[in-house]
Amino acid sequence: MQAENTYNYRVVRQFAIMTVVWGVVGMLVGVVIASQLIWPALNFDTPWLTYSRLRPLHTNAVIFAFGGCALFATSYYVVQRTCHTRLFSDKLAAFTFWGWQLVIVAAAITLPLGITTSKEYAELEWPIDLLIAVVWVAYAIVFFGTIAKRKVKHIYVANWFYGAFILTIAILHIVNSAEIPVTFWKSYSLYAGAQDAMVEWWYGHNAVGFFLTAGFLGMMYYFVPKQAGRPVYSYRLSVVHFWALIFTYMWAGPHHLHYTALPDWVQSLGMVFSLILLAPSWGGMINGIMTLSGAWHKLREDPILKFLIVSLSFYGMSTFEGPMMSIKTVNALSHYTDWTIGHVHSGALGWVGLVSIGSMYYLIPRLFGRTEMHSTRLINAHFWIATVGIVLYIAAMWVAGVMEGLMWRAVSPDGTLAYTFIESVKAAYPFYGIRLLGGLLYLSGMLVMVYNVAKTVSGSRAVDAPILVPAVAHA
Amino acid sequence: MDINDFRSLVTVVTFAFFLGVVWWAYAPSRKARFERDGMLPFEEDGQPQSSEAGERS
Repeated sequence: MQAENTYNYRVVRQFAIMTVVWGVVGMLVGVVIASQLIWPALNFDTPWLTYSRLRPLHTNAVIFAFGGCALFATSYYVVQRTCHTRLFSDKLAAFTFWGWQLVIVAAAITLPLGITTSKEYAELEWPIDLLIAVVWVAYAIVFFGTIAKRKVKHIYVANWFYGAFILTIAILHIVNSAEIPVTFWKSYSLYAGAQDAMVEWWYGHNAVGFFLTAGFLGMMYYFVPKQAGRPVYSYRLSVVHFWALIFTYMWAGPHHLHYTALPDWVQSLGMVFSLILLAPSWGGMINGIMTLSGAWHKLREDPILKFLIVSLSFYGMSTFEGPMMSIKTVNALSHYTDWTIGHVHSGALGWVGLVSIGSMYYLIPRLFGRTEMHSTRLINAHFWIATVGIVLYIAAMWVAGVMEGLMWRAVSPDGTLAYTFIESVKAAYPFYGIRLLGGLLYLSGMLVMVYNVAKTVSGSRAVDAPILVPAVAHA
Repeated sequence: MDINDFRSLVTVVTFAFFLGVVWWAYAPSRKARFERDGMLPFEEDGQPQSSEAGERS
């Protein structure tokens, strides 16, 4: 254990390396299930390898393993550096690392076995839910404990976003996972009917809002200014951005339940708040991108900045698309089609993926006593491979989705449906091929990253930077 | 008081709180203070723009 005069980089290193590892695993499972949609025989008639069991494995791996490790790594790094103090407790921080890895391994075993609550993005059964809750409380203690012992007066905006993410996920997870165990691996939700659906999507959409947005905005508010070498465009806008986002996200969940048994007024409320969300989302995006104002040339030379800034462009795109899709008349066309899959991946691959990868390229060399990654050219190659992959993926899903929506609603002059369902499946088939190609490219980019990270780490020593004394202005 | 009056009240109060945040953030008297706060991530480098040339190792 290092002395009190250095930052705890050990836990950051662990989470950073596992971000890359789980990224490859989660995206590989994604490529497997994309292939299964084209060649169904690829499940080899084995229950453990069926699409229905691998799909939740894919979503859990990319969101909670890849995204989760990236959030743990960056939040522990940012909170230490902007508070000028070591993490609150090394032991508890180590517990969050090993506990979180245990959750991931438990998910990777139970989901293929078919053990699931069947709640989307909350599939894990009750014993794992309990473990998640314990690890998360430990995470909150480490994070807020570090903020409490900070050596500067102000709490930097990135920490506000990370803090909101940690606090909200704790509440969402505990409320949505309220369930009655029947056996060790089977439980039933405490809620029933439309209320169960509403609790699930209150959880589900706020997981998007706080896990996949607020947490990664924390990343954006630290790593974009650092990599650009200039402070965020408007700090005052960042304050308003934070509170606007916090106040509106909570209400948007019902847009997942348009035209269901959910009361109409709740659906309309969800739609209105989803539309309002455009304002804080774009405020944040503009704040991030305009940080480069007056220094746009850096975007040409610095591939890490390309990752960060293009991730914000995808964030802007998907936060425009989301409110649009939440409008009930648009949703009547888009819901249950592949358009939704395209929308999710524009946010996941474009925003969450690229901002995490960019932050890791900033972070990893610094954790191993180096100033930059082994190869900047390979970072650039990764950027282009990933970007082309995303564009292929989302364009294919847009076309497939709108086509499916139009085919499902088409009516013949005699009032019968113009197409059978299987005809829409056949029509989407070529686009599934393009989607697979996009996914393969994105995965290939991750493999380039693995090589680059391995070369950077090997032959380097793990280094814990000394804690810096804050300037007088902030002390 | 009806529970729905209370719900409406919470909405109004939180909206007023939000307007207060906007006013607080954009009051001219706090301009310099927020500019200084925005510099927080750069403290470690001594001066903000130095990180352009290359990070401290």
